[in-house]
Amino acid sequence: MVLLRKYLPHLVLALGAIPMLLPFYWMLLTSFRSPAEIFDVSLWPIPKNFDAVENYARAAGQVPMARFMLNGVIVCLGILIAQVLTAVPAAYALAKLRFPARKLMLSLVIAALCIPMQALALPLYVGLAKTDLLNTYFAMMSPFFLSVFAIFLFHQSFRSYPDEIIEAARIDGFSEMEICWGLVLRGSLPSLAAFAVFSLVAHWNDLYWPMIVVTDTNLAPPPLGMLFFSDVESGANYGALMAGATIITAPMVVCFLFARKHFIAGLTMTGVK
Amino acid sequence: MQPQSLQLSGIRKGFGADDVLKEIDLSVRPGEFLSLVGMSGCGKSTLLRIMAGLETPDSGTVSIGSRDVTNVDPSDRDLAMVFQSYALYPHMSVRQNIATPLRMRNLSLGARLPLIGRMTAKASVLSKIDAAVNEAADVLQIGHLLDRKPAQLSGGQRQRVALARALVRSPAAFLMDEPLSNLDAKLRAHMREELSGLHRRLGATFIYVTHDQIEAMTMSDRIALMSSGRIEQLGTPDELYQQPATVTVARFIGTPSINLLPVEIDASGRVMALGRPLGVSVPARYAGPAMLGIRAEDLRPAAGGFAVKVLRSETYGADRYVTGHLADDQAVCIVMRQAAGDPIAVNGEGLSHLVFPEQRAHLFGADGNRIETTVPARIAI
Amino acid sequence: MSAIELPLAQPVKARPRRSAADRRMARLGLMFAAPSALLLLGFYIVPMIVLAVFSVTDYQLGALSTRFTGFDNFTKAFHDPVFLRALKNTVIYAAIVIPLGVCLALGIALLVYGRKKSRAFWEVAYFLPVTATLVAMATVWQFLLHPSLGPVNAAIKAMGYEPVSFLSNPTLLIPTMAMIGVWQVLGFNMVLFLAGLTAIPKDLYEAARLDGAKSAVDRFFIVTWPMLGPTTVFVVVTTSISAFKVFETVAVLTRGRFGSETLLFDLYLEGFEYSNTGYAAALTLLFLLIVLVLSIGQMWHMDRKVHY
Repeated sequence: MVLLRKYLPHLVLALGAIPMLLPFYWMLLTSFRSPAEIFDVSLWPIPKNFDAVENYARAAGQVPMARFMLNGVIVCLGILIAQVLTAVPAAYALAKLRFPARKLMLSLVIAALCIPMQALALPLYVGLAKTDLLNTYFAMMSPFFLSVFAIFLFHQSFRSYPDEIIEAARIDGFSEMEICWGLVLRGSLPSLAAFAVFSLVAHWNDLYWPMIVVTDTNLAPPPLGMLFFSDVESGANYGALMAGATIITAPMVVCFLFARKHFIAGLTMTGVK
Repeated sequence: MQPQSLQLSGIRKGFGADDVLKEIDLSVRPGEFLSLVGMSGCGKSTLLRIMAGLETPDSGTVSIGSRDVTNVDPSDRDLAMVFQSYALYPHMSVRQNIATPLRMRNLSLGARLPLIGRMTAKASVLSKIDAAVNEAADVLQIGHLLDRKPAQLSGGQRQRVALARALVRSPAAFLMDEPLSNLDAKLRAHMREELSGLHRRLGATFIYVTHDQIEAMTMSDRIALMSSGRIEQLGTPDELYQQPATVTVARFIGTPSINLLPVEIDASGRVMALGRPLGVSVPARYAGPAMLGIRAEDLRPAAGGFAVKVLRSETYGADRYVTGHLADDQAVCIVMRQAAGDPIAVNGEGLSHLVFPEQRAHLFGADGNRIETTVPARIAI
Repeated sequence: MSAIELPLAQPVKARPRRSAADRRMARLGLMFAAPSALLLLGFYIVPMIVLAVFSVTDYQLGALSTRFTGFDNFTKAFHDPVFLRALKNTVIYAAIVIPLGVCLALGIALLVYGRKKSRAFWEVAYFLPVTATLVAMATVWQFLLHPSLGPVNAAIKAMGYEPVSFLSNPTLLIPTMAMIGVWQVLGFNMVLFLAGLTAIPKDLYEAARLDGAKSAVDRFFIVTWPMLGPTTVFVVVTTSISAFKVFETVAVLTRGRFGSETLLFDLYLEGFEYSNTGYAAALTLLFLLIVLVLSIGQMWHMDRKVHY
C-alpha cells in the first residue's frame, strides 16, 4: 500500500507517456524496417531486416530532402537575423530614447501583437503576386522580417537596464549603436536566446505561409516538403515516408534534448510575458 | 483553550550530511514568551518547524501539554504559526483569511465549496465563525480592513492580519518565525510593544524565532540562544546578559558587542591579563589561554588602567561609544560606552587608560565555556 | 505583460524648450525605430487596410473588374454551407481540445511537480510533441491510425473489436484531429502550469496545513487552485486561440475531404486555391474577430494579475 502510494504517480505518468511517445517510437521503428514488414504491426523494436539505409536513401532520392532542409535553414536563419536586426534597435529606442511618436509606435506594436499572421496572409499574398515575387525566398521570409513580439519582448527586457550605465557610456564616448548592441543587448542575452528558439522552431515547423507562396518543390521548407513527399509516396512506402519525417523532425528534437531549459523557456515565452 | 506547555526531547535533524540540530532538549512553560535566537543557520527556524510539524525530526519527541505529537499532522497539533512572509492567501479577503482556520476545522468539505457550500453550511456555525473573526479583528484593530485583499495592505497591516489569523481559534501555542523582519525599523519597534501587549492579554504560549537580540531581549520571558544546532543557554534576558554561559552568548547579546581580551590562566589559577595579574582567581585546572569579557558600559577612564589607543568616538544623543584598540595589541578592539557628557581622557599620544569592576568581567575558557571566578577585592589593573 | 504602461495613462507635461541633446536623442530614436516602423506600416497597417477594402468587394486575384459589394461577402458567409461547416468543425475541435488540453495538462503538471529526481525525464517526455514538426508527426499519426497497417487498430482488433476507421469515418474525423491537437498542446500547457506551480510560495501550503488543511485535496482547493487562477485563464486563452488556428492536421490528414474543413483551412481554400480574394477577406475578418475576442480574455487575465 505504501509502495503503491509512492509509485502511483510514476505509474500514471508512465501510462500517459506511452501515447505521447508512441508516434516518435513508431516513426523511428518504421524508418528502420523493410517495406516487406509493413504489415507487421507489432511494436517489437528489432526489425527482421534492417533497411534503414534503403529507407533513408529513398527519402533523400525520391524528393530533394537535402534541399528541403537547406531551404529550412536559409529561411529560418534569414528570418531570425532580420528580426533581431530590426527589433533590437526599435526596442532600444522605445525603451530608452525619447522621440516623437514613441507612444504611438508602442501602442501599434501592442495592437499588432493581437493580430495572427494568418489574418495578414491574404493581402500580403496579393502584394507578392502583383510584384511577381511568389516562389522566392523573399516571399517566404519578408512577412516575418518584423516581429512585433520581439520588439515587445526586448522592450520589456531593455527597460530594466539601468539608465545610469547608459548615461555613463554616453559620457565615455560610446556611440548609441555601441550602447544598444554592446551594452544593453548583452544584458538581455537570455531573452535573445529564448526568442531565437521561439523564432527558429516556429518557422521551421510553419506550413501555412510556405504552402501559400511556394509551389516550386526546390524552394519548399521541410513541412511543405513533407507534404509533397507524402503526396508522391501516397502510402506506398511507409518506411521511406517515416525516414523523411524523422529527418525533418530530428533537428528540433535533438536541439531540444540538448538545450532543454532554453527550449522550454523559448517556447513558453508567450506564457510569461 | 488553556495555554499549553511544549516539550522537545532529544531532537536531532540533519539535511544531507549536515547536522542542523544536535540533541535539542527544551521545555516551554505554559503561557510564557520564549524566544529562539541565534545567527542565521543556527537551526532555530528548523526547530520551530519541527514543533509545528512542518519538518520531521530524525529522532526525538515533541509533545504539547501531555500529548506526544511527534507523528501528528500539523493540522492536528492545534498550533498557530505566523510566517516571516505572513503567508496570507492573496486571493482571499482579510475576513476570509482570518476565517480560514475556523472554516477548515468546523465545516465539512462540502460546506467549504464556494456557492454550494453557502447553502449547505449550518447558519449557526457560520455566525459563530463571523463573530470570532470580528473579535480577532477588534483585538488587532483591523476591523476596517476586513474586506480588503492582502495586496491592498501595508506591511504592518498584513502583519496584523497574520496575527489575527493565528489567534482567531485560541491555539495551544503561537509559533512565530521572524514575524517582524520585513517591517521597517520604526514599525518594528512599535510591533514589539504590541506583541508584548498581546501576549500579556492572551496569556498564551508564544514561541518566537528571531535573529535580532533586541527583539528577544525586550519581549521574552526566557531566551534560548542557539548556535550551530545546539542551545547555548536558556534563561531570562537578564541571565543571558549578566551571566552568559559561553563566549558565544556573550558576543551575541548586548550592543555594542562585549569586549574580549585574551588572557592567560597560570598554573596557580591566577588570571594574567596584559602581563598583570587580575584580582580574581580560578581553580588551577583551567590553566591555559582564556578570554575575558568586559561590557562596554563597565569601562571607565582612570589612571592606572590598561592603555587603549583611541580611534574615534560616536555620540548617540545621551550615550557615547569610544572605539579603539589595545595599545599593546592592535588586533583587540575595545569599545567603551559612557554618558555623552563624560570626559574621554585621552593623553597626548592618543592613549586612554581604562579600568573596569572585576566582579563584572566574564571569564571564558579555551572551550568557550564560562569560568566562575572568585573576587577577593576590587582592584584596578 | 502586466508590466506594460499604457502610453495613454501617462500625465501630459508642459513641454519645456528642447535642448540640443533632446533633439539629438529624438533624431537617434527615429533612426533606430525607422526600419521597424516602416515594416510595421508595410506588413501590418497597409495589409489590414487592404484586407478591409477587399472584404467589401468581389475582388478576385487576376480578375479584370472589381465591384463594391458592401456587406454581401459577410451575408454570403452565413449562408455558405462550407463556411458554416468549417465553423462548426472548428468549434467542435476547440470544445474537445480546450477542456482536455487544459485539465490533463494540469493533472500531469501536478504529478510531475512532485517528482524530484525524475522530473526532467517526464518534462522531456511530455514536451517532445511541442518541438516536433506537426506536419511530420501528423503523417506518423496517419500511419498509426491506419485501419489495416497501424498498431492502434491492431490493438483494437486484438481486444476483439472491429477496427475503427479514424480517418475516413466523417463523424470521427474532427475528434481524431482533436486528439492529435491535445497530444500536441499537452506539454506546452504542462510547462505553463509547472511555472505557475513553482511561483506559489511554499509558506502558503505550510500556513494551510497549520490552518487545518490536512488532506492534499484540501490544500489543492485552498492554495493551488486559486493561486493558479491567472495561469489557468492564460492557458485556456492560448489553447483556444491555437485551437481556432488548426490547420496542419487537416492539411495532412484529409485535405478538407469528407466535410472536415476547419476555419483556417476553408480560408486557405477560398483565398489561395479558388482565388475568391474578396470573399476570403471577409472570412479572414471573421476569423480575426474570433481571435480578438479570445485575446480580450487575455487582457482580462492581465488585469486580474494586478491584484495578486
